[in-house]
Amino acid sequence: MSTTTAGATASSTSPTSKPVVTLKGATVRFAGDSGDGMQLAGMQMTNTSALAGNDIATFPDFPAEIRAPRGTLAGVSGYQLHFSSTEIFTPGDDLNALVAMNPAALQTNLSDLHDGGLLVVNQEAFDEKGMRQAGYAQNPLEDGSLRKYQLFTVPMTSLTRRSVEGLGLSQKEADRCRNFLAMGLVYWLYGRSLDPTLRYIESKFGGKPDLAEANVRALKAGYNYGETTDAFVSSYQVDRARLKPGRYRNMTGNQALAWGLMAAAKLSNKEMFLGSYPITPASDILHELSRYKNFGVRTFQAEDEIAAITATIGAAFGGAMSLTTSSGPGIALKGEGMGLAVMLELPMIIINIQRGGPSTGLPTKTEQSDLFQAVFGRNGECPMPVIAARSPADCFDLAHEAWRIATRYMTPVMLLSDGYIANGSEPWLIADVDKMPKIPVSHPGPQEGDEPYLPYARDERLARPWGIPGTPGLMHRIGGLEKQDITGNVSYDPANHQHMVNLRARKVANVALELPPQEVFGPERGSLLVLSWGGTYGACLTAVQAAQAEGLTVAHAHLRYMNPFPRDLGDIMRRYDRVLVPELNLGQLRQLIRAEYLVPAVGLNKVEGKPFAVSEVLAKIRELAPASKS
Amino acid sequence: MSTELPVLTANDFASDQDVRWCPGCGDYSILAQMKKMLATLSIPREKMVFVSGIGCSSRFPYYMNTYGIHSIHGRAPAVATGLKSVRPDLTVFVITGDGDGLSIGGNHLMHTIRRNLDINIILFNNRIYGLTKGQYSPTSPKGKVTKSTPMGAIDNPLHPLSIAIGCEATFVARSIDVHIKHLEMVLRRAAEHRGTSFVEVYQNCNVFNDGAFDYATDRKIKDDTIVEIEHNKPLIFGKNRDKGIRLNGLEPEVVQLGGAIKEDDLLFHNELAEEPSLAYLLSRMRHPEFPEPMGVLRAVDRPRYDDELNKQITVAREQRGDGDMNALFRSGETWTVS
Ligand code: SF4
Repeated sequence: MSTTTAGATASSTSPTSKPVVTLKGATVRFAGDSGDGMQLAGMQMTNTSALAGNDIATFPDFPAEIRAPRGTLAGVSGYQLHFSSTEIFTPGDDLNALVAMNPAALQTNLSDLHDGGLLVVNQEAFDEKGMRQAGYAQNPLEDGSLRKYQLFTVPMTSLTRRSVEGLGLSQKEADRCRNFLAMGLVYWLYGRSLDPTLRYIESKFGGKPDLAEANVRALKAGYNYGETTDAFVSSYQVDRARLKPGRYRNMTGNQALAWGLMAAAKLSNKEMFLGSYPITPASDILHELSRYKNFGVRTFQAEDEIAAITATIGAAFGGAMSLTTSSGPGIALKGEGMGLAVMLELPMIIINIQRGGPSTGLPTKTEQSDLFQAVFGRNGECPMPVIAARSPADCFDLAHEAWRIATRYMTPVMLLSDGYIANGSEPWLIADVDKMPKIPVSHPGPQEGDEPYLPYARDERLARPWGIPGTPGLMHRIGGLEKQDITGNVSYDPANHQHMVNLRARKVANVALELPPQEVFGPERGSLLVLSWGGTYGACLTAVQAAQAEGLTVAHAHLRYMNPFPRDLGDIMRRYDRVLVPELNLGQLRQLIRAEYLVPAVGLNKVEGKPFAVSEVLAKIRELAPASKS
Repeated sequence: MSTELPVLTANDFASDQDVRWCPGCGDYSILAQMKKMLATLSIPREKMVFVSGIGCSSRFPYYMNTYGIHSIHGRAPAVATGLKSVRPDLTVFVITGDGDGLSIGGNHLMHTIRRNLDINIILFNNRIYGLTKGQYSPTSPKGKVTKSTPMGAIDNPLHPLSIAIGCEATFVARSIDVHIKHLEMVLRRAAEHRGTSFVEVYQNCNVFNDGAFDYATDRKIKDDTIVEIEHNKPLIFGKNRDKGIRLNGLEPEVVQLGGAIKEDDLLFHNELAEEPSLAYLLSRMRHPEFPEPMGVLRAVDRPRYDDELNKQITVAREQRGDGDMNALFRSGETWTVS
C-alpha cells in the first residue's frame, strides 16, 4: 500500500529532507477542548486537502454546550477528516492519526486510533489538573500504556508562545494560536501546502495584523517543528484522486442546500422567502441564505417555529418560492402549519436537518429518527412528499428536486438531511446553473366577467392552479376547513370529504409516476440487497463494495424518495433473498417497507449519535449473505 | 389591467358565501362597516387580502370578495408577515379575536406589532370563546362564570390596547360594533396608517356573553362611560359634556367642569406623541372608574418591516450587483480536476 519516495514538496515551504511515504489515503482527527479551535483546524485541513486534489469526507463532532468547562470530557470537540487518492464515501472508520490537545481529548478519542497509528499530543496539557479531569490516575504519556501507537509528545504550548514572542500578545492570546501550530505540524506530516491556510488567515485576520502574524508564525512553527525535530523520521503523501474532471469546491451539506435552493429559485424565476427560527443543526442555512440579499433572497427570523412555517405559507400564497428550515423539535411545532399547507395545496419546502431525539435529545449529534415524523407527523390524512439527501453535495441537487415536485404538484415537500450531512463536507463538482433544468412555474392570468375562479380545479396530475393575489378576477378564499372539490368553498359534505381525502392522497402518490427508476449498485439479483436512505449512504456503499470484493452477491439501493417510494422498489427487493435496512434509528424505513411491500426486511440499527462505521455494516452483510450462498 | 381607479360599493365586497354568524352577533356590523369603508379606499379588490385564524371572527375572510386565507388558530399575523414581506403591494387585514389573538396567538401578535409590518389588525373583543361555545377568554373579567369556570375565572384579564402599546405599536385605536359611524372612521384611519394598525372592537356575542358592553352602548349611560378622544382636543365627556379627565401627577382623574376647572386644565389628547406613555395611560382607563376612551389613541410614523426588508434587497443589489449564481459558485477556493 505504500511506496517510499524522497523529497515531496510543500509549495510555500522548502521540500522536506526526510523520506516521504505515499499512502492511498488517511483518516486524521483533531481533538481538543471546545475552545481549542479544533473545528477550524479540521476545516482548514479539509480545504487544503481538497485543493490538493484528494477526495474528502468529514465528520465534525462537537458538544452541545458552547463552552463546556475547560478540560472536561464533556467539552471535547473533534473534527475527523478522511482524504484519499481514490473515491471515498465516508469519513473513515478508525484513525491513522490523532491529534489530542489535552488529556480529555486523548481519553475520549484514543479507542478510535488504529494500532500503530500516529498519536500527536500536547505534552504540556498533561498536568495534574488536566489528567484528573480526564480520569487519568497516572500520566499516560509516561506509563507505557500508549506503546502500541507511534506517540509524539510535542510541547505545543511553549512552542506556540515562543513563536509569537515579540508581537505583544497576552499569554491567553498566544495560547489561542495553538491550533495553528497543530495544523502546521499535521500539514508537514502529510506534505500539505500552507498556502490555503495563509490565505484564510489573511482574509480572516487582515484587520488585526498582530493576530494574523501570530497565527502565521504558529502555523509555520508547527510545520518547521515537524521538519527539524528528530522525532519524526518520515512524512506522508496522498496523491490526487481521479475524480470526474471539472472544477470543484468543498461544500458542507447546509451550504449545498442553501445554494441549491437559490439555484432552484432562479431556475423557476422566483424570489425566495425563508421563514426560520434558529435551531441546531439547521441554523447555518438561515445564516447562509441571509447573506444573499442581492439574489433576491428574503429571510425572516421568526418569533418561533410556528410563525416560521405560517409566514412561509403566507409567502407561498403571495407567489414566492417559500421555505422553512428546522430540526426535529421545530418540525414537531410546525405540525399544524404543515397540515394547513397540505390543505391549501400551496408549494413550499420544509427542511428537517435531523438530530438525536426525542425531545431536545442530542442537538449536535446525528440521527435518522424523524422519518415517521416526516411521513406521518400531522393530524388527519395528510400526505406530503418526502425526499432525503444522501451526502453534503447531494443536498444541492435535492433542493432543486424538492422545488420541482412542490411546484409541479402544488404541495409542500419535506426534505430530510441530518446533522452528519449538514456539517460534513465533500468536494462538489461545481454546477453550471445555465445548464440545469428549468423549473416551470405559472400563475393563471386575470379573468373578466362573472365566471368564478376555480382554485381547486385540477390538471392531469391533480395539481391545482396557483392563482395569486393582485390578479384581477381571481379573488378567492382558502383555508384549513375542508373544501368543496373544484370551487374550494367550505364544505362539510361527507361524500366530498372522502373524495378530497382520496384526491390529496392520489396527488402525492402521482409524484412517483415521474420518478427515475431506483438505482441499484451491484448484481441484479442475489443473496442480499442493502437498502439505505439519507446520510448512511457512504458507509453502506463502502461496505457493499467491500463485500462484493469478497465475492458476496450483495447489491446496494439507496433511496432518495421516501414518500412516495419509487415504483420499481417492490420488484427490486423481491429479486434478493434478503433485504437489510441499516438505519440510525430503531427501524423506521424497515417498518415502512414491510408495511408497503410485505418484504421481510431485517434491520441494522444504531442510535449512538454517530454515523455507521463501514465495518459495522460489513459485519452485518457477512452475517446475512454468507459466502457459501454466492 | 385598467389604470382607472375602480368605483366600488360596499356590495362589491360581498362574496357569494352565506354569512353564518348567529343572528344579532356584533360581527355583522363590523363586516358592514368594513365593506363600506373599503369601497372608499380606491384600492382594487384584487389588491386586498384578509387573513384570519380560528374563531367566530375568523370566518370574516369568507364573506369578503377579496383574496383571503382562513388559517389556523392564532397564526394569522405570522401568515400575514410572510405574505406582506414578499408582496408589499398588497393591502392586508388580519381579523382576529380575543382568544385567537391574545391567547393562542399572543406571541405572533406581539412580534408582528413590534416589527411594525404594514398591515391592519382588527381584534374583535367579545370577552368570551364563542366558536367553542362559551369558555372564558383572556379578556374575560375576573370572576366570570362560564362553562369552564363554574366558580368564576381566577385569571387577571389582559387589556388589548395596553398589550399593543407595550409592543411598541404605532397605531392603536378602539371602537364599538354598534357605533357604526365611529367604527367606520376608526377602520379608515387604520387602513390609512402605514405600519401595523391595531384596532380593538368591542363586539357583542349575544349568544354566550350578551351585554358584556352594555355599559358602553346603552344610550342612557354611555355618555358617562366612554369618552371619544380626538387629537389636540381635551378629554371631555358626560351627557352635558361637563366632565373631563385631568392629570394629577401621573394619574388621570375625573373632574367636574365649570367653577375653578377650565377646559385648558384638562388632559389634551395627542395621538402623535412620540412617547407612548400617554396612550398607555389612556389604555388603562377602565369602566367603572373611568370612561373608556374610544378613537385613535396613538398614530406615529415609524419604519415598517416590509419596507425595510425590501430596502435591504435593493441596497444589496445596488452595492453588490444582481446576484450571479455561477460567479458565486466559482468564488473563493476551487480546484480543477482534469
Ligand atoms: S357565538 Fe357569539 S361571537 Fe360567535 S357568531 Fe355567535 S354571537 Fe357571534
